[in-house]
Amino acid sequence: MEKEQDKLLREVTTGEYKYGFYTDIEMDTIPPGLSEEVIRKISLLKGEPGFMLDFRLKAFRHWQKMKMPRWAHLKIPEIDFDRIVYYAAPRKKEGLSSLDEVDPELLETFNKLGIPLDEQKHLTGVAVDAVMDSVSVKTTFRETLAELGIIFCSFSDAVREHPDLVKKYMGSVVPYSDNFFAALNSAVFSDGSFCYIPKGVRCPMELSTYFRINAANTGQFERTLIVAEEDSYVSYLEGCTAPMRDENQLHAAIVEIVAMKGAEVKYSTVQNWYPGDKQGQGGIYNFVTKRGICRGERSKISWTQVETGSAITWKYPSCILQGDHSVGEFYSVAVTNHFQQADTGTKMIHIGKNTKSTVVSKGISAGRSNNSYRGLVKVLKNAQNARNFSQCDSLLLGDRCGAHTFPYLEVDNQSAIVEHEATTSKIGEDQIFYCNQRGISTEDAIGLIVNGYAREVINKLPMEFAVEAQKLLQISLEGSVG
Amino acid sequence: MLSIQNLHVSIEGKPILKGISLEVKPGEIHAIMGPNGSGKSTLAAVLAGRDLFEVTEGKIMYMGKNLMDMAPEERAREGIFLGFQYPVEIPGVSMVNFMKTAVNEQRKYRGEESLSASDFLKFMREKKDLVEFDSQLTNRSVNEGFSGGEKKKNEIFQMAMLNPRLSILDETDSGLDIDALRIVARGVNKLRNKENATIVITHYQRLLDYIIPDYVHVLYDGKIVRSSGKELAMELEEKGYDWIRQEYAGNGK
Amino acid sequence: MNTTTQNQETEKLFRESFTKNRDTIERFSAGLMNGRRQEALEHFMQLGIPGKKTESYKYTDMPGLFNPMLHMNLQPNHVHMDVKEIFQCDVPKLDTHMIFLVNGFLPPNSPPLEELEGKALVGSLAEAARRYPELLEKHYDRYTSLNPEGLVSLNTAFAQDGLFLYIPNGTELERPVQVVNMSVWEDNLMIQQRNLFIVGKNSAASLIICDHTLAPWRFLNNAVTEIFLDKQARFDLSRIQNENNSSQHISHTFARQETASTLTSNTITLHGGLVRNNFYALLNGEHAENNTYGLYLSDRHQHIDNFSFIDHAAPHCTSNQLFKGVLDDQATGAFTGRILVRQDAQKTLAYQSNNNILLTDEARMHSKPQLEIYADDVKCSHGATVGQLDPAALFYLRSRGINYREARLMLMYAFAHDIISHIAVPPFRERIDDLVDKRLRGELSRCNACHINCGKLNY
Ligand SMILES: Nc1ncnc2c1ncn2[C@@H]1O[C@H](COP(=O)(O)OP(=O)(O)OP(=O)(O)O)[C@@H](O)[C@H]1O
Ligand SMILES: [Mg+2]
Repeated sequence: MEKEQDKLLREVTTGEYKYGFYTDIEMDTIPPGLSEEVIRKISLLKGEPGFMLDFRLKAFRHWQKMKMPRWAHLKIPEIDFDRIVYYAAPRKKEGLSSLDEVDPELLETFNKLGIPLDEQKHLTGVAVDAVMDSVSVKTTFRETLAELGIIFCSFSDAVREHPDLVKKYMGSVVPYSDNFFAALNSAVFSDGSFCYIPKGVRCPMELSTYFRINAANTGQFERTLIVAEEDSYVSYLEGCTAPMRDENQLHAAIVEIVAMKGAEVKYSTVQNWYPGDKQGQGGIYNFVTKRGICRGERSKISWTQVETGSAITWKYPSCILQGDHSVGEFYSVAVTNHFQQADTGTKMIHIGKNTKSTVVSKGISAGRSNNSYRGLVKVLKNAQNARNFSQCDSLLLGDRCGAHTFPYLEVDNQSAIVEHEATTSKIGEDQIFYCNQRGISTEDAIGLIVNGYAREVINKLPMEFAVEAQKLLQISLEGSVG
Repeated sequence: MLSIQNLHVSIEGKPILKGISLEVKPGEIHAIMGPNGSGKSTLAAVLAGRDLFEVTEGKIMYMGKNLMDMAPEERAREGIFLGFQYPVEIPGVSMVNFMKTAVNEQRKYRGEESLSASDFLKFMREKKDLVEFDSQLTNRSVNEGFSGGEKKKNEIFQMAMLNPRLSILDETDSGLDIDALRIVARGVNKLRNKENATIVITHYQRLLDYIIPDYVHVLYDGKIVRSSGKELAMELEEKGYDWIRQEYAGNGK
Repeated sequence: MNTTTQNQETEKLFRESFTKNRDTIERFSAGLMNGRRQEALEHFMQLGIPGKKTESYKYTDMPGLFNPMLHMNLQPNHVHMDVKEIFQCDVPKLDTHMIFLVNGFLPPNSPPLEELEGKALVGSLAEAARRYPELLEKHYDRYTSLNPEGLVSLNTAFAQDGLFLYIPNGTELERPVQVVNMSVWEDNLMIQQRNLFIVGKNSAASLIICDHTLAPWRFLNNAVTEIFLDKQARFDLSRIQNENNSSQHISHTFARQETASTLTSNTITLHGGLVRNNFYALLNGEHAENNTYGLYLSDRHQHIDNFSFIDHAAPHCTSNQLFKGVLDDQATGAFTGRILVRQDAQKTLAYQSNNNILLTDEARMHSKPQLEIYADDVKCSHGATVGQLDPAALFYLRSRGINYREARLMLMYAFAHDIISHIAVPPFRERIDDLVDKRLRGELSRCNACHINCGKLNY
């Protein structure tokens, strides 16, 4: 039995990354290095209005005064910010007539990733904004959505077409000074998605952004802004992949969500950046700031994430529960294998009365990886009747990996009820035995158990993504998952 | 003794009881039956003063006093006893300490001397025998780790200790084995007299073979849709609630 | 002045005081304790006093305690009365071997080192350093490296005396040892006490520590205790902290546990202006067991911060951390619990839980339970709650005629009893039960448990 498990765990280390190919395509790039000059150039290349450049420069000057955060349970090698390319865009081929026409090579790339950008071929009910390196390649179903007053476009288009909205909300949830990586992103971000749901509208399809890093030595810095007006609803998905390379690449993104009275935003991520090879070579450094604010009464923001990729993940999707009766949720499955490191969790800040938050985090560690949950639940003084329940479980597959839990509970109001529970264990031999006794092989049993373990979170994902996520879990833990 | 008039109750804005009227006189036994979720426990809890529920309309008078003005403990001292459908486990609070405090608070309220420790233990022993309650259980924390049936027996034991005027027994029969059921019924009957009254909430005719009700009421969707003598219970046992449902839907709305 | 330079100022003051008073310090201490001072001072100068930026002191302001710097007590005080006579521990059936310490020293008129059954020793640490240098060499300042921090080094640099307890191999003490730590002075005072408890193979002992202040001044204690449990040793440590509301008490307890040893500690904080308790345990041999329990009841502006860290370095060990608190008025509290399971510590069972009840809108609690796990075949869990009394239970009690106030008290008491029930010495447990009950009823003021009339003391 012990032997069997060892064998399975060895197989774990042979899991393959399916999306590691590289598309050879002509690029427009700004040479590596970071300076005001580079920032001005990015802004110029994108034809941005003055307020954008001001914002970028302020952020940059602030960033120069900041230090890399070191508090996470991560070993982060020094990053040389002068060796990173901050702008790389696939070159527009001559002869493509309209702006909407996309280089067939890019279409092929996204096809290979399983993201057809042709609206006819596309899965019904999902609109996609496809981003490669620094720019958005195409946004599907824009017109269909526009009929409902929904704006769904690349961030660059939003800056051009809806500068007032961008100006009003950009940086309102994650100010540029928020943290080191947020400042960096605010200075150099090149594209991303923008989404605006008008009052009373339920977005009829899933909106999604697919991020692809392709070029070498580039950092990816995208920014997503979602504004949900009163009583609106939207479900948003994010996916990502990158080629396999020996050197590490930096991804530092920002996501901001604003939910007005009665609005509900569901944000789901399946994070599958290249995790590095089994010796820990290469992979993406994923430093992301995601935060939503429930501004109005009875608004709701729900984060769901399945994190399987990246060499290093540093990410805490958070909710500021400002409106009375607002609700924040965080559901997470984080899988680490080989030499991956993840320090992820959430912050729930209870400000309004009768606010409620739920945190469910499932960590799975294998190989020599380290997987930490870090979460803050803060109940402010006037947040009467705040409720929080957090459940953080860790599963260890193998004896060289680590699983850690660092919750912070800060309660300043006596009517609050804040509960945190966490367990760490390996798969119970009695569970495996029970399955064996019913004729299920050990490998299948582990698969069943891991899937069952993550089920609570996976169930929160939209259907198409749930299937995808389940497959990903299997690949990430190949061999031990049936 | 108890007079409920047009009682409306809601929880978190959702109406549960929608106009209940009920008169209970000394010496009477009333049975309340009705499908799951119809509001029986809600009614019982409101009578005992649970503040989770909001009384939006109506009046409850008990012994000539407005019940709504009274705190739960005052109601208890005035003789209202609620046998909980789900008795609460209170780790760390011993049964003996719990009952001693309750009994002495009641005595104080009536202007009687507190019982000494030895008198109290004697008193407790008596009552335990009366309702055939397992001695061991009183050495433990309130309801903690009690089996379902033990919890119900504990409710009856407490009723014996507190000698209430109006007992409301919320499904005290569920989870009891046949013998325990007889014991509980015997206990209720022994404690019964001309001065006190009982409301039994139950799903089963069986209990009513032992505790014979004067009236049977059917609670359906927050209203009493039928009141009659004990034969109603037989009818329900035989036919279930469907006919009530149909009848109600037929002439309702 | 910003805080860093302010701290550097304070640290410099300590160096000056050390240089100026070194002779006195060493005269009233001995041997190895003196041998370690200089190095410890340098260490302190490097590490400094932990500020709010230090993660483990995030919720308690340490530098503030040392600024302005208090007068330090550097020699034993002659209390011209028999302390035993004035201090009657009012635990009627408690038969203990009692020792008094005044401001961190064994008073000059008491026997410096007493022999108990089986050649066990109890008394002054300085005296032990004088008489048993080999023993001290082996154990003194050996276990603090579990968490090197400035305040511990500060103690090593200045501490002159404290309690020494030595239980040789194969000895079981029948009676518990009881230590009464008294802080008494005519002005504010800083006290740095040092304790060392060594329990040999297959030995067992229990120790009760009572912390009291006997004058209404601000007493700042920075106490370090080291505990060594050899194979199969069993040690039970109960501590009751009952000090005045302007007192500040920082205690650091370090334990190293060898194979199959068991350490149970109960810390009951009844009163104190600011209390910070640090517990560190290294489970160094297989099948060692550590139980760290704490109960804190606070009101007014009291601040109580418990920090506990259990390091599982060997397989098959068990640890339980359970801390519970009731916070009233404007009281604030913090808890940090850490479980570290090292790679080879397979089959570890480690549990940790922190439950808090806030009674008012102004009370605040910060809780940080943490798991850090590097072995796969383990069962670890932790939980933390901050909330109120269970409304369903409260209603149940009231529905039986028990009034609101009484029902609340019953529930609070039950909540607290969970911890008290782990105290091993029965009469002491009953006494604590009673004290906690009184404390919750608000009937226990600081001096209630002590019969000394503060004004009567001369020194
Ligand atoms: N705390 C609560 N929060 C929300 N709804 C509640 C709560 N308590 C009761 N309800 C709802 O009120 C309705 C009546 O519940 P109640 O417990 O009174 O039913 P019942 O007649 O006693 O049912 P049963 O026969 O199953 O015991 C149900 O729909 C129930 O879900
Ligand atoms: Mg019911």
